[in-house]
Amino acid sequence: MPEIFNMLIASFIPLLFILIYAVVILWVEIKVASHVQDRLGYMYTGGFHGIAQPIADLLKLLTKEHITPANSDKIFFTLAPVLVFASSYAAYAALPFTSTFIAANLNVGIFYIIAITSFVVIGILMAGWSSNNKYSLLGAMRSVAQIVSYEIPTVLSILTVVVAVGTLNLQEICEIQKGGISSWNIFKYPPFMLITFLIYFTASLAEVNRTPFDIPEAESELVAGYHTEYTGMKFAMFYLAEYANMFLVSGIAAILFFGGWSSPFGKFLSSPGWGVFWFVSKGLFFVFLQIMLRWTLPRLRVDQLMYVSWKVLTPISFVNLMMVGLWAILK
Amino acid sequence: MATFEITTRSVRGDLKTDTMILNMGPQHPSTHGVLRLELVVDGEIIVDVIPHIGYLHRCFEKHAEQMTNYQQVIPYVDRMDYVAAMGNELAYVLAVEKLMGLEVPERVQYIRVIMAELQRIASHLLAVGTYGLDLGAFTPFLWCFREREKILDLFEITCGARLLYNYIWVGGLSHDLPSEFGKKLKDFLKTFPKALKEINDLLTFNKIFIDRTANIGVLPPDVAINYGCSGPMLRGSGVKFDLRKNEPYLVYDRFEFDVPVGEGKMGTVGDCWDRYYVRVREMEESLKIIEQAWEQLPPGDVHSAIPKKVRPPQGEVYFRTENPRGEIGFYIISDGHSASPFRVKARAPSFVNLSVLPEISRGYMIADLVAILGSVDIVLGEVDR
Repeated sequence: MPEIFNMLIASFIPLLFILIYAVVILWVEIKVASHVQDRLGYMYTGGFHGIAQPIADLLKLLTKEHITPANSDKIFFTLAPVLVFASSYAAYAALPFTSTFIAANLNVGIFYIIAITSFVVIGILMAGWSSNNKYSLLGAMRSVAQIVSYEIPTVLSILTVVVAVGTLNLQEICEIQKGGISSWNIFKYPPFMLITFLIYFTASLAEVNRTPFDIPEAESELVAGYHTEYTGMKFAMFYLAEYANMFLVSGIAAILFFGGWSSPFGKFLSSPGWGVFWFVSKGLFFVFLQIMLRWTLPRLRVDQLMYVSWKVLTPISFVNLMMVGLWAILK
Repeated sequence: MATFEITTRSVRGDLKTDTMILNMGPQHPSTHGVLRLELVVDGEIIVDVIPHIGYLHRCFEKHAEQMTNYQQVIPYVDRMDYVAAMGNELAYVLAVEKLMGLEVPERVQYIRVIMAELQRIASHLLAVGTYGLDLGAFTPFLWCFREREKILDLFEITCGARLLYNYIWVGGLSHDLPSEFGKKLKDFLKTFPKALKEINDLLTFNKIFIDRTANIGVLPPDVAINYGCSGPMLRGSGVKFDLRKNEPYLVYDRFEFDVPVGEGKMGTVGDCWDRYYVRVREMEESLKIIEQAWEQLPPGDVHSAIPKKVRPPQGEVYFRTENPRGEIGFYIISDGHSASPFRVKARAPSFVNLSVLPEISRGYMIADLVAILGSVDIVLGEVDR
């Protein structure tokens, strides 16, 4: 019995984290956007700099009516947002927040994450198809094509890291990088790991549908893409999943290349409590980068997006993988 | 990038694909108002575009006939191209003045030039900003609006209105420039080039932006002329035609400025990027005109030539000016005894420019259509009137 209790707690902590993080990042996104655009954003409502505004937004979404389009496929329509959120939430299980906490310490952790996040595609396709709306369908089709093709450079760059460190276990990958900044993976095999990181970061932007790869929900072309017909909490689920995914890919970037929960100063400030701090702040830094990119760049076109994936990122990551592999053998 | 071969019905093996009709608008984020486009698409590739207009039709021409006098038409003219209201007023007023054979004081003419050019910058800023928005870049839009705000402030201190002015009257202006206008104008002239450079850095020369707009929606010069395109649409195709130079009105012949044309710098002459860049460069030229006009501005009374009664002699007149979106023309018939026009016909640049859309967007993708439509820069208030 206590074992089940422990498991429940272990699974509840990531959920709690996602919910708190989503509220914070909603505010950060709006504030960053405002300041980039030379305005102030929330100032009058929600207290100091509108800090409580995201809570009001969430409450508003919760109280909105659920509208299901008349000719939609009702079961899939309801199931899709749940599936999308569930798969990104499930991936958090293998994310080591600190040296002493990981919900499920799998020895194929990174493999599990890649596998489980692929379910997002099915959810999006379900949403697009069941909405019975042409814009939704086009958005879903784009999204599936995009995520499937960008999974290849992502996986290849993750594989490069795996070749370099020799394990799939995320906790062990963090352990290896414990000796301060100089032992971080990004500085290994120069410059190949740096290139690997750049490929990973670019491809992960496409995986989470963020600008310049936000083609599936391109509001100026497809209204809102696959979630055009969604309202209320179902819509919020898509949003929550998007933000959860943003931190997920950022967290993986932090683990694979920037030491995860390990302190940048070696032994200094390296207790498990600080571990959470380092991991979350590294992850949030990349989330911040994603937000900055979103408010700076225009959007690519579908075929250009495919071009970037198949003709640029994939070949480079193959070469990268081979070079790192060769170097690792020679060493 | 690549254009796609048009296939209405392609058969691969036993897999049959068919075209789909996609209804874009009238409520769509990037149709710039209430334009409805009926798209025949093959997957994401456009086979045909059929624009349906008229959602904003307000019977302008009939209204103009029903007014009690000629001056009352001016506020209606404002509402045609509502982001370049000064230009519309100018064209209408100049047409009426030509019909009456009215001479206006120099000061009025100079102020009209300054206002029209400020309005051109404001209108192009909106075009550039919303174009970025169409392509997914949100920030340039707000940066453009920040600059546009300064121009609207100038208009506000002059005539009290920010969008629809009723400022240019037959024979004069509603108000003279206020005393603080000069200082504010100089501030704007000083800061605007910097802001324009920022927008250029952020959007114009962005690699993704160029990829999205270069070689897209190519409008060859002969097609542009055949369809009667004007303004940046025509000049983007490399045709050097600007009424301010070719058929100078007001005092435009006294200023030095260039007429920028599309050069195919990033792709083909007449693509979306060229049309966009013509607008950016026109803003710089407008700045030059404003600077010169402000230096030469003579003293005088802006009300002295305003007639008590506007009752033109029997006859008809057509007058055209260069509006931010192209050539706007008014054809007015006067019956000689009534105080309101017998007939007013407006030649709206957006309407004519929009007519070329199906021609230049076949074979591109849906995402490109948004880019092409944005580069045409329509205002639905003017298309439908």
